[in-house]
Amino acid sequence: MAALGVLIFMVIVTLLAPVYAHHFAHDNPFVPNLQGRIKIGSHFREVMQTNTTGLGVTPIGPTWNFSKYFLGADELGRDVFARVLYGGRVTLLIGFSSGLICITVATVLGMLAGYFGRATDWIISRLLDIIWAFPIYLLAISLSVILVTNGLDLGIIHIGAGSLLLPILIIASVYVPYVARPVRGIVFSLKERDFIHAAVASGASDWHILRKEILPNVMPSVIVFFPLMVALNILTESALSTLGIGVQPPEASWGTIINDGLQLLHTRPWVAIAPGVCIVIVCVALNIFGDGVRDAFDPRAKLRGSI
Amino acid sequence: MLRFISKRLASALLVMFTISVLVFLIFFATPGVDPAARIAGKSATPAVLRQVAKEFGLNRPLPIRYGLMMFHLFIKQDLTSYVNIGDRIIPQITAAAPITLSLIFGAVVIWLFVGISAGVVAAKNKGKFIDPLVMFFGITAISIPVFWLGEMVTIITQGGLHHTVFAWVPNGGYVSLTQNPWQWALHLFWPWVTLASLYAGIYARVLRGELINNMNEDYIRTARAKGLSERRILYRHALRCSMITIVSLFGLDVGVLVGGAALLTEVVFGLQGVGWLTYQGLQNLDLPLIMGCVMYGAFFVVLASAVVDVLYAYIDPRIRVVA
Repeated sequence: MAALGVLIFMVIVTLLAPVYAHHFAHDNPFVPNLQGRIKIGSHFREVMQTNTTGLGVTPIGPTWNFSKYFLGADELGRDVFARVLYGGRVTLLIGFSSGLICITVATVLGMLAGYFGRATDWIISRLLDIIWAFPIYLLAISLSVILVTNGLDLGIIHIGAGSLLLPILIIASVYVPYVARPVRGIVFSLKERDFIHAAVASGASDWHILRKEILPNVMPSVIVFFPLMVALNILTESALSTLGIGVQPPEASWGTIINDGLQLLHTRPWVAIAPGVCIVIVCVALNIFGDGVRDAFDPRAKLRGSI
Repeated sequence: MLRFISKRLASALLVMFTISVLVFLIFFATPGVDPAARIAGKSATPAVLRQVAKEFGLNRPLPIRYGLMMFHLFIKQDLTSYVNIGDRIIPQITAAAPITLSLIFGAVVIWLFVGISAGVVAAKNKGKFIDPLVMFFGITAISIPVFWLGEMVTIITQGGLHHTVFAWVPNGGYVSLTQNPWQWALHLFWPWVTLASLYAGIYARVLRGELINNMNEDYIRTARAKGLSERRILYRHALRCSMITIVSLFGLDVGVLVGGAALLTEVVFGLQGVGWLTYQGLQNLDLPLIMGCVMYGAFFVVLASAVVDVLYAYIDPRIRVVA
């Protein structure tokens, strides 16, 4: 459960981003700071330095000093460490909320398809097949290219371009078949069990059976999926944002900061290194935690042993 | 068996058709998106927009536009780009395909070798120190964003160490196999490693789980009772059975990768393969190029899953009955 501890720690640290920015670093990591000077020890240094690397104007490198530009600045002179903290909020928000949306939608679809069968099952299954047949990154990238720059306009629902809701919805929808298919399978086999037959015989409504009999039996499998889905979502978000079609400025996520670091790769590598390390830590923790959850629900898996 | 294959082929064609329609709808029928405005640029006047729409046939009904695009892509094979006017799509894809195939070939060799040996080593040493260590590496490998891994490789091999330890690493680019096999391998070595790491992690984890499961089966007890050596039981019996899962996973993964899923690796290393080409098309919203690349990709994805299904049905007759 060390993994859970790491996760909680990362969530708390990123939630404290404004506290760090306002009370320790005293800067706003969303405002360019091209003319700024900072005091280190007894002398002042410019945030954008002209002649340290021989490659023109270069942002200041890591000061390793928690009160000022701990990891240096990006090409607009913004505090990278503070940005990584703020970016973590967005990345984790997208990871968890799209995971939640994906799992909810997938459970509902899988239960409807598995329980009602026939036409309902045919329509839902074909829908899932289409998404499934698409290479996942291609689908996510295609949707993002179109939606992130234009926004989504569905008559009553309007989501503006660059809204965080777009990457959340896109990432949630591309992974729906991964969860919905197994759920459908589970419901199919549950339907033949005696306690469901008993419920039908006693005159319970479909709604009642789905909610009171099927759902509690599907939940353990769905819960096992959740941490793994969140890890997948975070990786997908970072891929989309690194390509410039996920989170849009002024918002920042770990993916967009990796993208910022691309131009500074050879002079200030920490801009790209730091957010990537955060992603790896969170995803490793999620995967280990996910394995732990699986073992808790399925003792046979524990027999096999895992870390 | 023949009936099963023809049925599977028909459903594969249906899936390809649906994918093409879906891509077409995403780019032409998403509410609030005007393709003419994308082609003409942001500051185009209404007159220019109308002209562009007419020139590219955007004022025709959707089904006709879809039909025309498919006709030019598959029958006449002379579909041209919206952005680089006059550039044919199909030659671009056939030029990019060898690069993608080279990238995937080397990655496959690395990930099968590393993934399978790591899985076997972990399963063999279950309960000892080495098993969780190997599995931790496996989990880390599947938790690294590919794009970022590519960047880190670039920092290390092209940075300060480029003049000493990594002097042998070329400055990016691609040399074809027929031109110079040694340079081909040198140029692709780090992209291979980058692409392989995720799959090596997945395969090691899956294989370890399968092996440990299989080692608890009755037939292993029988083999032990016969007095076979542990070595022979592991390699000849348990590993053989566990490889069925790996083979089906492998078929699907290779299909998806050849179909363009290596996009991120190609973009970060600047390899101009099919994934890179798709990404260029997406950035410029060059729909004919996107359509060409996606149909090419869908072909391999669908082909791979069909081949895996048919192989499975061949191995396990029960599947034929169910399908």
